[in-house]
Amino acid sequence: MIELEIGHTFADLAIDIRFRAASRWLALFGDSGAGKSTVLNAIAGLLEPERGRIVLDGQILFDRSEGISISTAARDVGYVFQDGRLFPHLDVRTNLLYGARARKRSTADMMALVDLLDLGALLERMPVNLSGGERQRVAIVRALLARPRILLLDEPLTGLHRGARRQVLDHLLALKRELPVAALIVSHQPEEVVALAEEVILLDAGQVTAQLDVASFAARQKNSAAAGQVG
Amino acid sequence: MSALTSAEWQALLLSLHVGILSVLASLPFAIGLAWLLSRKRFPGRMLVEALMFLPLTLPPVVTGYALLVLFGRHGWIGEWLDTLGIVFAFRWTGAVLAACVMGFPLLVISIRVAFDQVDQRLERAAETLGASAWRRFFTIVLPLSSRGIIAGCVLAFARAFGEFGATITFVSSIPGETRTLSIAIYELMNMPGGEAGVARLTWVAFAIALAATLVAAGLGGSLWGRRRHD
Repeated sequence: MIELEIGHTFADLAIDIRFRAASRWLALFGDSGAGKSTVLNAIAGLLEPERGRIVLDGQILFDRSEGISISTAARDVGYVFQDGRLFPHLDVRTNLLYGARARKRSTADMMALVDLLDLGALLERMPVNLSGGERQRVAIVRALLARPRILLLDEPLTGLHRGARRQVLDHLLALKRELPVAALIVSHQPEEVVALAEEVILLDAGQVTAQLDVASFAARQKNSAAAGQVG
Repeated sequence: MSALTSAEWQALLLSLHVGILSVLASLPFAIGLAWLLSRKRFPGRMLVEALMFLPLTLPPVVTGYALLVLFGRHGWIGEWLDTLGIVFAFRWTGAVLAACVMGFPLLVISIRVAFDQVDQRLERAAETLGASAWRRFFTIVLPLSSRGIIAGCVLAFARAFGEFGATITFVSSIPGETRTLSIAIYELMNMPGGEAGVARLTWVAFAIALAATLVAAGLGGSLWGRRRHD
């Protein structure tokens, strides 16, 4: 369960986003500049909004009026950045274990996750020698091994070629099926949202314009595509 | 060319000793200051930078004199240290202190540039993985800055190894105690028949400086250059 209301003014955008959602896999959908990544950064503690409050599973992560702001390291969220952000000087195995070691979490099921995301052959490689899709899969397992309460996925398929997109999408679907982890996915691709999310929050120019279950979102997208074709 | 005399060996070993110890002693402070200058904005930052650069801009004799005023047996700090049994003036420890001061700006500049070049987004990623500030520093920032740190150490070592003006002013030239290679060369130059000794020590200094630079270039290049292409 996530409750979020944040306000922040950037040079080119004023954000005022509020939503409350209980779905396990939630998506934030909108064009670039809609404020999607700002929401992720605020949840992760990488951005401190000028106003507002963020509550995750009943725990206040941030409350401006109460002066509460839990540090990023202590928020227990797993952030998968668009560019993976693997540590270039560490091999895949050490990258994977980084968060688990930092949070002193068990790594007993590392190999199960490695198998689930098909990383077994990559463990000794350096990040520079990985493809875009491989990098993204490593970043996902690295975030999961730190045992987050929620996985924040920032455009996880953007920038990948078609084959790699399909592969990473399949792996994310496997994760959703096999693990109890919750996720918040940021995307501007309707098909990704339909494939992965249970509920969708639509953002435009820093505001929430709608909150829909995924079936309604899919129908709406279909209608607007048909209208586009007719028009 | 004949072998080094025992006095020349003494001067050479003392210079190596002073060079290595001065780098080891100043490295933690240089890393700390470089990190502050690279990552933090604080009042008086410009003054700190200006003070740090002073040994590069001041005549070395002036730096040596300032050290004497501060750390001499009757100096502002030296007198107090004397009561604790710590003496710098006219001791090899003073030569190390002079070398530390003269090499410090080079060490800080190199390390700071290396810290500036670390992609801070990687530090943010480590933060989201639960890493504390110390852990991020030791596991991300330091390893990714290793080439700059090594380069800084070599520069500071070279500066310390060749130090002359501040050292002779602060700790004079006492054989076996403070007569470093540079001071020994200077004294041999002023001694009748000292030319052969000057030539020997000059070649040694040249060889050590070249070797240090080559080792640093090789080591720095391989630290993660080699692993990247596994």
